[in-house]
Amino acid sequence: MSPASTTGAPADEARRPSPLAEAAAAWLPVALAAGLFAWFAALLPAVSGGAVLRPTLEWVPSLGIRASLLIDGLSLTFALLITGIGALVLLYSRTYLAGHPHYPRFALFLTAFMLSMLGLVLADDLVLLFVFWELTTITSYLLIGFDHAAAKSRRSALQALLLTGAGGLAFLAGVIIIGTATGTYSLAEILGAEVPLREHPWYLAILILVLAGAFTKSAQFPFHFWLPNAMAAPTPVSAYLHSATMVKAGVYLLARLHPTLGGTEVWFWTLTVAGGFTAVLASLLSVRQTDLKLSLAYTTVMALGTLTLLLGQQGAYAMTAFATFLVAHSLYKASLFLVVGCIDHETGTREAEILGGLARAMPVTALAAALAGLSMAGFPPLLGFIGKELAYAAAVEYSARPYLVGGALLGANVLMVVVAGIVALRPFWRPAPAPLPRTPHEAPWTMLAGPVLLALGGLAFGIFPGLLQGAVVNPTVLGFVGPDTTPAILRLWAGFNAAFVLSLVTFAVGIALYLVHVRLRGLIAAAEARLPDFDTGWDRLMEGLLRFAIWQAQAIQTGRLRTYIAATFGVVAAALAFALLMRGRWPEPAALGAVGWLQLAPVALILAGSAVAALTASRIAALAGLGATGIGVAIVFILWGAPDVAITQLLVETLTVVLMAVAMLRLPHLAADRRPGHGLLALATGTAVGGALLMVLGTPMDRRLSDFFEAASYPDAHGRNIVNVILVDFRALDTFGEIVVVAVAALSALALLRAARTSSGRRAP
Amino acid sequence: MEVLLVLCVGALTAASVYLMLARSVLRFLFGLVLLSNAANLVILAAGRLTTVNPPLIPEGASAPAAAVANPLPQALILTAIVIGFGLFAFALTLVLRAQGALGTLDSDDMTLAEGRPVPTTEDGR
Repeated sequence: MSPASTTGAPADEARRPSPLAEAAAAWLPVALAAGLFAWFAALLPAVSGGAVLRPTLEWVPSLGIRASLLIDGLSLTFALLITGIGALVLLYSRTYLAGHPHYPRFALFLTAFMLSMLGLVLADDLVLLFVFWELTTITSYLLIGFDHAAAKSRRSALQALLLTGAGGLAFLAGVIIIGTATGTYSLAEILGAEVPLREHPWYLAILILVLAGAFTKSAQFPFHFWLPNAMAAPTPVSAYLHSATMVKAGVYLLARLHPTLGGTEVWFWTLTVAGGFTAVLASLLSVRQTDLKLSLAYTTVMALGTLTLLLGQQGAYAMTAFATFLVAHSLYKASLFLVVGCIDHETGTREAEILGGLARAMPVTALAAALAGLSMAGFPPLLGFIGKELAYAAAVEYSARPYLVGGALLGANVLMVVVAGIVALRPFWRPAPAPLPRTPHEAPWTMLAGPVLLALGGLAFGIFPGLLQGAVVNPTVLGFVGPDTTPAILRLWAGFNAAFVLSLVTFAVGIALYLVHVRLRGLIAAAEARLPDFDTGWDRLMEGLLRFAIWQAQAIQTGRLRTYIAATFGVVAAALAFALLMRGRWPEPAALGAVGWLQLAPVALILAGSAVAALTASRIAALAGLGATGIGVAIVFILWGAPDVAITQLLVETLTVVLMAVAMLRLPHLAADRRPGHGLLALATGTAVGGALLMVLGTPMDRRLSDFFEAASYPDAHGRNIVNVILVDFRALDTFGEIVVVAVAALSALALLRAARTSSGRRAP
Repeated sequence: MEVLLVLCVGALTAASVYLMLARSVLRFLFGLVLLSNAANLVILAAGRLTTVNPPLIPEGASAPAAAVANPLPQALILTAIVIGFGLFAFALTLVLRAQGALGTLDSDDMTLAEGRPVPTTEDGR
């Protein structure tokens, strides 16, 4: 991101994109999405005939990871929703955000999200699926934080990123365990395996990890709080990501793995309880909101809970209900979000208590809102009604726990009727209570196309359920239950049965509650105030994490050189000691050989010199110790046939002592210090290094290189001093490098001393 | 003899680690000198101590007449000594400069880069 874009609006205005770029950003993504939609629609006949398409590309063959796709009914349904709603939302946004200086960026993020989401639902390889899963998290982060100047947007974006990202990591762990357990990452092969994962000994671990990913992504309790916060994003984003598509990724994953993971007690109870509780809690919180967009956000959480609840069940009925409700919800919820966007765009407010009387000024919007709202409330003849009927039938007639499942569904659906009234009817049809911030009029066609088409879709599929049954629902159900089941039939009138009675109860209670919803809102608000608030809990968690990070940094990064050096040498000593102990076999102590005073004298010099240097508090004594040690080392060199080395050592040692003595004229005296702890560490390090050297000496010597130098020194390089020949001929480049190092050190030292002279009396900057 | 050399290397390393852990950077510098001596002795010992004859080729011959000391470690040590001296000289200038600019040789007080207050006393310790 360029610095100009972070400094705020004025700088942004100066960098408006060119008209050509604006036109490209406006139309290219729409065309791409519409084209993809047409392409997927063309696949429909083949897939509804039972075909499963699997295009494959080798990606990381060494790890058995393939970039392969799996196009069956389930993934095709998602793909059609993603591209279809995507095209309409992109068309809508170009007007909604018209004139925004960063519109091209927005269009890029949204298109990138669409493609990631497509990849997620089409991927056959679980690793590929995970990659797209994370890409949707990242694009969602960018889109929630699109209004980056607002602190609230940034916080919401980060919260969504961290929460879904953490869930994503758990999911990755689950993927790896699945891959290890089954020997393949291919979904088609995992689902086609003879032994389902639920019979594997690692089933519970896999289930927990996969559920952690799915529940965070699909905002199930207790991770539900990030989704309403994500409404900080522009409304088209909320309609698309946080309602119709991305949040369904978790549901998609559960549906995908349902045949191999589902059907156990723990699956049933976890999904039923989490989904049912989320659905009821979210619908209560939805009624409590006065901001229309927030209200819708909570109904999305409710829908996700319902979908999770349905996936907890077994059998064709629940799965048909799942598929139907999935499509119905995507249609009416995206439509309603876009309607609220229109209201916001035209009136300047989204507050339920201010809005009223919009039907006259915005008749087309009112019509779309009414259709979508009735679908959400589950009134016939809309698709929402069929979805609700199927869900009731699945709960009452086919579930193992009809009262639990049916009760949760009933509670949530009643409240949906209330919310539909608040969001879709009240702002349009009741008289305006107060003048609006702006005089409303109808939004342009680009903004109406989305809500109207999506709402009409809900109506069309409601009246002609056969369309949806053959093209989408049957392939979806067969896609994840297997070809040997018969999906339930979608019907507007299924007879006077238990589901219909429940529907009538839903309408009656819902309408009654709608009439008193203002008082109900007060009651829920009072109750909510007494419950623990997850959002502030999150803040506290983040603060705690920060405090822990600070504490840890201060504990490890003390800022004291000695701590770091101690840690370094401690690790060296421990690693060497570990290696020595692992080897376990000590070499025979080599015979001392003929040791006379000539050999012992330099050793004594070295031992005494280093002891004095280490322990004395006198600088002169330390200097003498260093000198004695250096001379001792030089004598060792002389004794073992290295006169050149010895001469150099003596020279350098003399220079060292002289330089040190000169420098000490300008340095303070040393203070005495005794540090027994450091002494222990020093002895341990010395012992470990000595032990390692002893071990090295016990291994056979490879003299090939030395033999070559001895043999080639005179014939090839015409030198009789083999050491010299090595330095200036065989390893001449090394020697050159060495000279450069010394020259650079000398120049740097010179520069440092000059700087000290010119800035004496002043502090370094 | 090798065992004696191992003893020397161990003692030099221990003394240098002890010195490097001191608060005074001057002692750290002493440790640096001792550590490079220890390293040189390790290289020498690793090439094996076999004979006292230096690796020279006598006049008129094209290869050493008798067994000579291993020339390769000697070449490496020569390089190491010179590089070590360069390092030492540069570190010594840094110490001098630190004393001039910060007024202290105590590494705990050299906190200019940490954002913590620098000791205001110029007398040093």
